[in-house]
Amino acid sequence: MNPTYPILAAAVLVFGVGVVLWNRRRAAKPVAFSVADAESSAAAQAPALRSRMSKARGALGGALVRLGTRSGITQQTWQELEEALLLADVGVRVVDELLTGLRARVKDKEIVEPNQLLSALQTQMTDRLAGADRSLRVIAGDADSPNVWLFVGVNGVGKTTTIGKVAAQQRNLGRKVLMAAGDTFRAAAVEQLTTWAERSGAEIVRGNEGGDPSAVVFDAIERASARKIDLVLADTAGRLHTKSNLMDELRKVRRVAAKGRGRVTEVLLVIDATTGQNGLAQAREFGEATNLHDGDQSGVTGVVLTKLDGSAKGGIVFAIETELGLPVKLVGIGETIDDLIPFDPVEFVDALMRVG
Amino acid sequence: MFDSLSARLEGIVKRLRGRGRLTEADVDEMLTEIRTAMLEADVNVGVVRTVTARIREQAIGARLSEALDPGQQVIKIVSQQLTALLGGETLKISYASHPPTVVLLAGLQGSGKTTNAAKLARWFKSQGRQPLLVGADLQRPAAVEQLRTLGRQIDVPVFSEPGDPVKTAKRGLAEARRLGRDVLLVDTAGRLAIDNEMMEQVRQISKAVQPNYTFLVIDAMTGQDAVSVAEAFHATLAIDGVILTKLDGDARGGAALSVKEVIGRPIAFASTGEKLTEFEQFHPDRMAGRILGMGDVLSLIEQAEQVFDKDQAQIAAERLLEGEFTLDDFLEQMQALKKMGPLSNVLGMMPGMPKELKGAEIGDDVLRPVEAIINSMTALERRKPELLNGSRRTRIANGSGTSVGEVNRLVKQFQEMQKMMKRVGAGGPGKKGKKGSAPRRGFEGRGFEGRGLPGMPGGFPGFN
Repeated sequence: MNPTYPILAAAVLVFGVGVVLWNRRRAAKPVAFSVADAESSAAAQAPALRSRMSKARGALGGALVRLGTRSGITQQTWQELEEALLLADVGVRVVDELLTGLRARVKDKEIVEPNQLLSALQTQMTDRLAGADRSLRVIAGDADSPNVWLFVGVNGVGKTTTIGKVAAQQRNLGRKVLMAAGDTFRAAAVEQLTTWAERSGAEIVRGNEGGDPSAVVFDAIERASARKIDLVLADTAGRLHTKSNLMDELRKVRRVAAKGRGRVTEVLLVIDATTGQNGLAQAREFGEATNLHDGDQSGVTGVVLTKLDGSAKGGIVFAIETELGLPVKLVGIGETIDDLIPFDPVEFVDALMRVG
Repeated sequence: MFDSLSARLEGIVKRLRGRGRLTEADVDEMLTEIRTAMLEADVNVGVVRTVTARIREQAIGARLSEALDPGQQVIKIVSQQLTALLGGETLKISYASHPPTVVLLAGLQGSGKTTNAAKLARWFKSQGRQPLLVGADLQRPAAVEQLRTLGRQIDVPVFSEPGDPVKTAKRGLAEARRLGRDVLLVDTAGRLAIDNEMMEQVRQISKAVQPNYTFLVIDAMTGQDAVSVAEAFHATLAIDGVILTKLDGDARGGAALSVKEVIGRPIAFASTGEKLTEFEQFHPDRMAGRILGMGDVLSLIEQAEQVFDKDQAQIAAERLLEGEFTLDDFLEQMQALKKMGPLSNVLGMMPGMPKELKGAEIGDDVLRPVEAIINSMTALERRKPELLNGSRRTRIANGSGTSVGEVNRLVKQFQEMQKMMKRVGAGGPGKKGKKGSAPRRGFEGRGFEGRGLPGMPGGFPGFN
């Protein structure tokens, strides 16, 4: 095997791309975006997250049972606690932060019993998720100017299904809903969304397979405006956040969505609860691609955590919420329309810590 | 945030220079970093525990060779271990004596079963087989429609009928016999591992078609849950192999290791892109490097071999290291490089590539201005960039539609690269280029000046 090729390739690439990146000055894209009377719209009669997540025992459950029965806090206690948290996909960094704080308190004899330790952990985890605004924003009042909710995410996380459920719930709240079938890439994605439109009584605007998703979204918003529809739910094709051309396409969709009469009031990142540490990279990149402003602010306004009814725990949301400041707004806990519910941090942590 | 393992170990390794043997304490310190790297790659906690224990045994007391630094030797041990864990037996498809050979695909929702059913069909086709696809996912709206569209793209027939997925699968089998197709691929509905009803359904399908191979489709981005998923499916279906999908992202794919370790079945195929051709048999050695954050060096070499003229590249590389590399050589190699596929893919495969370069902003046209500038130079100027005075630079800028500033920067960086490469080349085997020599603004060249690329003189073990 000849090692010279990668050297050469590397040198050429680093040099070439480096020059270009250095030269590049990203053009400023000023956009006025203000929120008038933001209104919360929680789904009515949501089933408790706790009871639904308990299909599988809480992630920390097994470890916690063992911890609780021991008389003191030993080296093994910490190890088991750490592994239990890691097993829930909480991630090395967040786990370190959580446990460092607790270790100090144990050292100061503020915490002595395993049970105290567990409840302190639970409080700390809940606190990390506290204080975020998790309402879905709808600006009411101007019938010509529909609200636009854009759904983004990698492949296979459940964007289309989520839109179907959101549509049905918003219809139940008495809103007029129109879907924009912006996933023009995946074979039969439009058919899938059409099925959901029929089920929920929403209208749908479709483009051609392989067509320009921005155009579909734009048309949908104009149609909604003309027909005084309150809410446009825009689907986009799943894309890996590492594909620059596809992320550019998404950038365009986001820009174009703000161009017509609509107001983009939510950009919702859909994340699969089974996702591991890569979820953070997803959130960062999608936030960057949908950001119309200068600066580091994320363009994503909220996260939808899907498939939480499996055995996955979705611990990655701790990192996403605390490192990127993106609130989880909805969680998917089953197949039916009512199984998409508002995220409740207290219940979420409680379900994680549930024993037995 | 995912520092490469070699970067993580750097600090520890510095202290160890010149020692002949690794002590227990040294190894434990390094294992902490290795453990973190594996956890960040989503390798299951339990698997990490057993793997690090094995590595510890191997590493303690291992005699250090003179040529490699201790950190590299530990990485070598780790990498060998992981490769062994991921590989072992590779899956060889043997076809049924009474066709069709039946292949069943199962997995969680959204893992990519339908797309990979088509990819696998295409692969069988490329092996000279005549597959038939069966759409037994009657759950997800339009899943069968999706399969039919994909089937048309690869010219493989698709069978499905509404109603009962078990019956559909059975009828599909009869259809394959009737049409004389020798491979039958059954796509099933995605399910949650803990959904008993759905697991029962796929078990029934399996019972009805008696598959020769059952593949579990797993998303490379899956976290710790991969283990419970694999266990649940293996208990129900007896998995023969795994198809790892979405490897074209930046997930390090620790799930592959977890699954292999837990169910003891090989990763058979890897899906590396959205195109139906982006699907290949799995290479354990590459995956080991990826989990450790060392890039996909071997794939890169292979791809490069396909597009670079071997002798020419050899000469160019030698000239590069001797500092005689001209802008002409550069242009030529850059054009060859472009044939290797999207730049972002190539960059992603490089170990230690700075984050800024791995970012999503690199389109394929980024190199165009560079090309334009070089193309606007005379032959002499390309060989001797030091000739470029103010008026020549203005002419080049005008000719290439760029600015004098851009031309200046290109020339300056080229000279810096030449200097840097000369130094690396002069270092000779066993030594490394000096760290932090050539300042490159806009990004940190971690992994290039100091660490050394794998395969570079004094570079990584295990690859040359």
